[in-house]
Amino acid sequence: MPLQLTDVDVDDFGRKEGLWTLNFGPQHPATHTTLRLLLTVDGEEVVDAEPDIGFLHSGFEKLGEVLDFNQYVTIVDRMNYISPMANEIAWHHAVEKLLDIELTPRCKYIRTIFAELMRIHDHLLCIGACVLDLGGITSFMYASNEREKIFEICERATGQRFHTSYTRVGGLMFDLCDDAIKMIRDFLRDFDRNYRDIDRLVSRNRIFVERTQGIGKLSREEAISGGATGPVARASGVARDLRRDEPYLAYGDLDFDVICSTEGDCYARYIVRMLEIQESLKIIHQAVESLPSGPIFAEGTGKEFMPEKQEVYQSIEGLIHHFESIMPNRQMSPPRGSLYAATESPNGELGYDFVSDGNFRAYRARTRPPSLIHFSLFPQLIRGCMLSDVVAVLGSLNIIAAELDR
Amino acid sequence: MSCKDNLDKLLPGKSRTWTKFKDQDRVIVPAADLTETMRTLRDQCSMDMLVDVTGVDWLDYEGAKDRFEVVYCLLNVESGERLVVSVMLNEPDLEVDSMTSLYKSADWLEREVYDMFGITFKGHPNPKRLLLPELFAAFPLRKDYPVQGRGERHNFPVITRAES
Repeated sequence: MPLQLTDVDVDDFGRKEGLWTLNFGPQHPATHTTLRLLLTVDGEEVVDAEPDIGFLHSGFEKLGEVLDFNQYVTIVDRMNYISPMANEIAWHHAVEKLLDIELTPRCKYIRTIFAELMRIHDHLLCIGACVLDLGGITSFMYASNEREKIFEICERATGQRFHTSYTRVGGLMFDLCDDAIKMIRDFLRDFDRNYRDIDRLVSRNRIFVERTQGIGKLSREEAISGGATGPVARASGVARDLRRDEPYLAYGDLDFDVICSTEGDCYARYIVRMLEIQESLKIIHQAVESLPSGPIFAEGTGKEFMPEKQEVYQSIEGLIHHFESIMPNRQMSPPRGSLYAATESPNGELGYDFVSDGNFRAYRARTRPPSLIHFSLFPQLIRGCMLSDVVAVLGSLNIIAAELDR
Repeated sequence: MSCKDNLDKLLPGKSRTWTKFKDQDRVIVPAADLTETMRTLRDQCSMDMLVDVTGVDWLDYEGAKDRFEVVYCLLNVESGERLVVSVMLNEPDLEVDSMTSLYKSADWLEREVYDMFGITFKGHPNPKRLLLPELFAAFPLRKDYPVQGRGERHNFPVITRAES
């Protein structure tokens, strides 16, 4: 029976009898980003943990109230910077829901491809970093090799490796070029071998399995009450995936499975992520092979769409269109109202609670960050575990501090 | 049966305003009825997940009557049905019941709303700021807080090199 904090005598200075307080972070190699944990330990056993966050708070939501729908995409990029394009897609998904824009098939497929590449990227980092924290450096290198290839695809397709800012209201910055499609095909072809390397190195590795199995258990009820979504919830048996349950983009046309486990421990979260990579590959494969041709911007020449750069530079109509869609006093007025729109980001449900006051920027743009909700579950996951399990649990939740603090 | 009909049947005679925007149901309830409404929604309409809690400051919104809104996004995990419940608050009474006893996820989300808007939650187990430092004197997501310029820096003591 683990020690309860209520059984402990507290002296005049607030020190608890026989217990130590250990500071974990804000700068610690295993936090990977900037977050702090105040651990109360009884010898090697963690009695309580109090997360202290906010080190990376930079007022993104306040900025969302002054930047317009296209400008704010550069800020949402920087929230979950491990899967930047997933944030862009989620943001413009909410905006397009407000403006009632139906995307063109080509745009939908391109966004789907990138959303899934980002999912692979995010899961690879999560798996790699989790294993790295538990002492296995090789698989982190293997994962980084593959992530580098995804960066290169992003660079070729959008001109930026990391903060791509690729989506626009109702479309994309520009069309996906053939080179990038070829790179995606090459990536799909070569990925399997490297994936198998990681799988064989980690999945049945005795050290990894013993350090993660049965650690940080989250039951189905706790996951639902705690608001967990994404791989964390699916590892606890909550069979919910917005890609299947509220189909957006091209997910309705594509065939994939929702991966679930009932164990709810760190190992289950690892396995769910590993298998989700497989599903993502399946989705990308189908999407690339059935990529429709056609325009990337939705029908119409409304002010909400950005004109193509070529038109802006070479025709007066294009220039006027650009002016009308950029200048704050000329921009289109969206309907007034509040709405909530969410997509399945690699980490879980990434939602935007959105208030529109009739301007082409949000009156209030609230991000529902999955990392924040998952990190709030951390104290209950770690209670009663050993000190060395802290990194295992932290790694399996995939906390991205920039998204945590915004 | 949708949540809307269900709620009207289970808690009749209470004042609440339903709105619909882009196929999403939203209901505004008086602050006094919030706990009862949420408990009914959770226990009898199986809205078992509190997805998000957030605030809105309606100060600059044309035609708005109330100052603050606290928004609760609910989800039925089995059926995928969503409902947004919200409460309107006006100064000086910026207090609403905490939902932490019903939903665990409310804990940090309510702390963030307090942090950003200064709305207090009655019965919250740990009513502290979440993201900003404890010394911070303002609530930055309120509309009367500037995006840039005059700000919070003068609230912190200036320590010169000689004093340090």
